[in-house]
Amino acid sequence: MAILVDRSTRVVVQGITGKEGAFHAARCKEYGTHVVGGVTPGKGGTTHEGFAVWNTVAEAVAKEGANCALIFVPPSAAADAIMEAAAAGIPLVICITEGIPVADMVRTKHYLASTKSRLIGPNCPGVITPGAAKVGIMPGQIHKPGDVGVLSRSGTLTYEVVGQLTRRGIGQSTCVGIGGDPVNGTNFVDVLRLFNEDTGTRAIMMIGEIGGTAEEEAAAYIKASVDKPVVGFICGQTAPPGRRMGHAGAIIAGGKGTAAEKMKALQDAGVTVVKSPADMGATVAKVIGT
Amino acid sequence: MKIHEYQAKALLREFGVAVPRGDVADTPAQARAIAQQLGGRVVVKAQVHAGGRGKAGGIKLADDPARAEQAAGQILGMMLKTPQTPPEGIKVRSVLVEEASAIERELYLSITLDRARATHVVMASQAGGMEIEEVASKTPDKILREWAHPALGVADFQARRLAFGLGLTGDAFKQGVALIRNLFALYLAKDCSLAEINPLVVTKDGRVLALDAKLNFDDNALYRHKDVVELRDTHEEDPLDVEASRYGLNYIKLDGDVGCMVNGAGLAMATMDIIKLAGGEPANFLDVGGGASPEQIENAFRILSSDPNVKAVFINVFGGILRVDRLAEGIIAAVQKLGLTLPVVLRAEGTNVEQGKKMLAESGLALTMADDMADGAKKAVAFAKGRR
Repeated sequence: MAILVDRSTRVVVQGITGKEGAFHAARCKEYGTHVVGGVTPGKGGTTHEGFAVWNTVAEAVAKEGANCALIFVPPSAAADAIMEAAAAGIPLVICITEGIPVADMVRTKHYLASTKSRLIGPNCPGVITPGAAKVGIMPGQIHKPGDVGVLSRSGTLTYEVVGQLTRRGIGQSTCVGIGGDPVNGTNFVDVLRLFNEDTGTRAIMMIGEIGGTAEEEAAAYIKASVDKPVVGFICGQTAPPGRRMGHAGAIIAGGKGTAAEKMKALQDAGVTVVKSPADMGATVAKVIGT
Repeated sequence: MKIHEYQAKALLREFGVAVPRGDVADTPAQARAIAQQLGGRVVVKAQVHAGGRGKAGGIKLADDPARAEQAAGQILGMMLKTPQTPPEGIKVRSVLVEEASAIERELYLSITLDRARATHVVMASQAGGMEIEEVASKTPDKILREWAHPALGVADFQARRLAFGLGLTGDAFKQGVALIRNLFALYLAKDCSLAEINPLVVTKDGRVLALDAKLNFDDNALYRHKDVVELRDTHEEDPLDVEASRYGLNYIKLDGDVGCMVNGAGLAMATMDIIKLAGGEPANFLDVGGGASPEQIENAFRILSSDPNVKAVFINVFGGILRVDRLAEGIIAAVQKLGLTLPVVLRAEGTNVEQGKKMLAESGLALTMADDMADGAKKAVAFAKGRR
């Protein structure tokens, strides 16, 4: 068991004729993910590096039963690509694109609310269920099948914790990068709920960062509803206020969104909070008793 | 991205938001000419990207053109130090000369993103002229909020509710409603991340005016606003930040002495944290991104090491998209070209890591390899301390 993606996932890659799209479509396929093809408007009917290309997402759904969209479309057109996937009835839309204007995401999130689609990202590494399906840009080889659920706002920091876990022989049920933008499709609470209900997940590792209140909302949810052990880390403990730390969402504004506040909220919710990013794997090991 | 008050006011005017009459001056003589044209009492305001200008001596009243020239002479060229500027202050290069307004009431109005609700929020308060964060924490009930519909924007009834809440009546009420609608139109049209009017004033003769104005823009949306990009004043930014942005690098200068180069924003923040936990101070935040080219790595290295405070460099890379052999290529080129003598600690994992390590070993560079993040931070901090 796992969440979001598994062997039944059939991926259509939007922006497959771009450099990034083609590269990662191939990496996902190599990992064993069922990539049915890609979409680039105007290039339908051709093939690109061995993948079938369609003009619309709807065609990929009709012809190949695509049930997951992986988006590499450039920022100016990415919000539209998300809506197209949702309109085609794709239940899971994963958007890797970084740099989508906030106002576009406000409108897109509103649009998604009227559909049955779930959006992961944007500006995220994607989702991987080790040994079953990789739908994203993460390095597949560092993962190992297992029962720790990983969720994070950051990409490479997720690889760091996965690396630490795998080195200790601890596998992962599913790893979900929710993305570093201020407006995203799926928040911590949604993923925590899925992990809590998943029989294949024994413990949860959550990585947050400065800015916004998503970690505080996660803490409230954990306190009220999560009965599995949760280990938490918040990056940006040394970040100066008022400066955007790479991610559009990682900013301490008006004295709010500090790492200290978030760590306290998680601690109060019964989460085992790690201070050093080097201790994430060891702390999970301790918590699950391996 | 931030812009100056005078630039923000020009945009407000364009969108029908009332602002005091005035113009920008680079010299005292220009300030005098503007004051002459305006007639009567004027305010001379330093144009820097920082608040708290009044208390720092950056805003002066002048009764006549001669005094306006004098005030401009005092303000232009000064290093303005406020709680929001770097410790050495920011040099004032221009002043805004405006008609002085006889103020009846000072109010507050702003629009920004509410992340939790994933839409824009208009905030208004009768407690104008004050630090809004302070008002928000001490008397949250004094701030009115109306959330925009994500697709439809701010409805008229919402603008009316805010204007009533601000205690506006009669003609001032009508002006207030129009001002709120127009400010929201500007905020959306230009992809602002913040539009703040503090204070919004009602003058003794019944006009509703934006006495001060702050507009920030969503960096991700600048590609569709060439006119806004032209307003950027790089004098107001750290030269190293400006240089980094030219190469598409995400760099923020900090006060410590351990320089760091990392791929990915989250890992970059975590690296700063672990340097601090190891007893050191990070000199910067630097995210070289996922697909950094050897040229970008080289530029990153040059920017990082041109900060004279940097005593040691910690490179922490977990290659996802970024390949370690390409990173190695960039490091070797940079060190050789720049003739760097700084101690460099490298922790690298990911794609083609063995090949990358081999290239570095064969390059003859004095590199210290680290087993993991904690080890790397410890070694880099030790080097920095040894060179203080």
